[in-house]
Amino acid sequence: MSILRMSKTLFKNLFHGPYTVLYPIKQKEKYVHTRGKITIDIDDCIFCGMCDRRCPTGAIKVEKGNSAWSIERLQCIQCSYCVEVCPKKCLKMDNQYTSPSNGKVRDEFIKCTNTQSLNE
Amino acid sequence: MGNRTIVPFGPQHPVLPEPIHLDLVLEDEIVVEAIPRIGYIHRGLEKLVEKKDYQQYTYVAERICGICSFMHGMGYCMAIENIMDVKVPERAEFLRTIWAELSRLHSHLLWLGLLADGFGFESLFMQSWKIREQVLDIFEETTGGRVIFSVCDIGGVRKDISFETLEKIKKILTDVENELEEAAKVFIGDTTVKLRTKGVGVLSKQLAFDLGAVGPMARASGIEMDLRSQGYAAYGKLDFKPIVDHGGDSYARTAVRIGEMFQAINLIRQCISLIPDGDIKVKVTGNPSGENFMRIEQPRGEVVYYAKANGTKYLDRVRVRTPTFANVPALLETLKGCSLADVPILILTIDPCISCTER
Repeated sequence: MSILRMSKTLFKNLFHGPYTVLYPIKQKEKYVHTRGKITIDIDDCIFCGMCDRRCPTGAIKVEKGNSAWSIERLQCIQCSYCVEVCPKKCLKMDNQYTSPSNGKVRDEFIKCTNTQSLNE
Repeated sequence: MGNRTIVPFGPQHPVLPEPIHLDLVLEDEIVVEAIPRIGYIHRGLEKLVEKKDYQQYTYVAERICGICSFMHGMGYCMAIENIMDVKVPERAEFLRTIWAELSRLHSHLLWLGLLADGFGFESLFMQSWKIREQVLDIFEETTGGRVIFSVCDIGGVRKDISFETLEKIKKILTDVENELEEAAKVFIGDTTVKLRTKGVGVLSKQLAFDLGAVGPMARASGIEMDLRSQGYAAYGKLDFKPIVDHGGDSYARTAVRIGEMFQAINLIRQCISLIPDGDIKVKVTGNPSGENFMRIEQPRGEVVYYAKANGTKYLDRVRVRTPTFANVPALLETLKGCSLADVPILILTIDPCISCTER
């Protein structure tokens, strides 16, 4: 009967159990290419400002005088254009997402000191 | 003649994923006229081309729409490549075609789900989106993003797909095809589905032609118009024939889209077997100067990209004519004479993408 065409799929799904993952107990596997967040190896950075100039959303700020590199996480669109243009290859696309936040967060990294995170 | 009533439809409505407003003029339960109003999500992305340089704009172009994002990026890149006389490597052409067809597959699966939701078949809606999830996983594995991919670039693509991954994609597509066959049986053969779609919103071939309908909307009315047959990207090297139906109703539009999904799987398989080795990108230097029209076939139909460059890194103008915009007159025509209960289905059968339309 043409009205029962869905029944095969329905019974299969009924006994299969959920297809979704019970987050946060079980996390979905991330792929190597998954675009999570931008990370920087600040010791290799020469503060040339290429990433600052090329970023389509203006999320990255480079201050050469203070040897500081900062990124506004919510403004970043994870296009990884900065990773491509970085001459020292110190920027990387991590496959883990940033943790949720309830406001704009600017992560700042300063050379010669320990990596620190400042909330604006 | 009965009393006329105006029923506002949208911009917030359970069947609409995006906001569009229609004033439905009714006589009893029959629609006499529909007056559209768009502009709820205009973002000024065309104007933004004056602020972002032509390479940065690739990422903006992709964000015009979340469903055909890859094809928007591809259309823009191809327009700029034509202006700059850049020859894209063959492997990149094939990779673009693979991603474009995967986009078509996931867009049509999303649409099938919405259609099922529109006529109240919840389990079919869930099933369609469950199948779509596998396609999104392929995207995440190959490009890094599930909806916005950022892989298409001027001069080629930014990421390669390894041989092992291509084989894996082939295997996943076999699963998708099997599950799709089961779902297609319901969309094509189920009596309850047929009652909601068959003979609803008939658009004749002449009317579709006169109103400038594009994509599956035109093909379901018997117009054999598919830009892929012009052979852009790698389509020229593939065995491709547009899928056409002559019904012109919602059922025919569903059948065309289902046919296109199987065709997309077939085209991806052809690409995987034909893909050559080599570079994926050529270095592009200098600034574009000149203008170009680029037309490609999106899941919803023909999209036109116009770009005008002035020799600096900022373009003068980018204009996008999106398929939904072209299909709105045809939608208004099909709405005339239908019952109020069929309006959601008819709006869904043009596969409206309001983000594209308003940019």
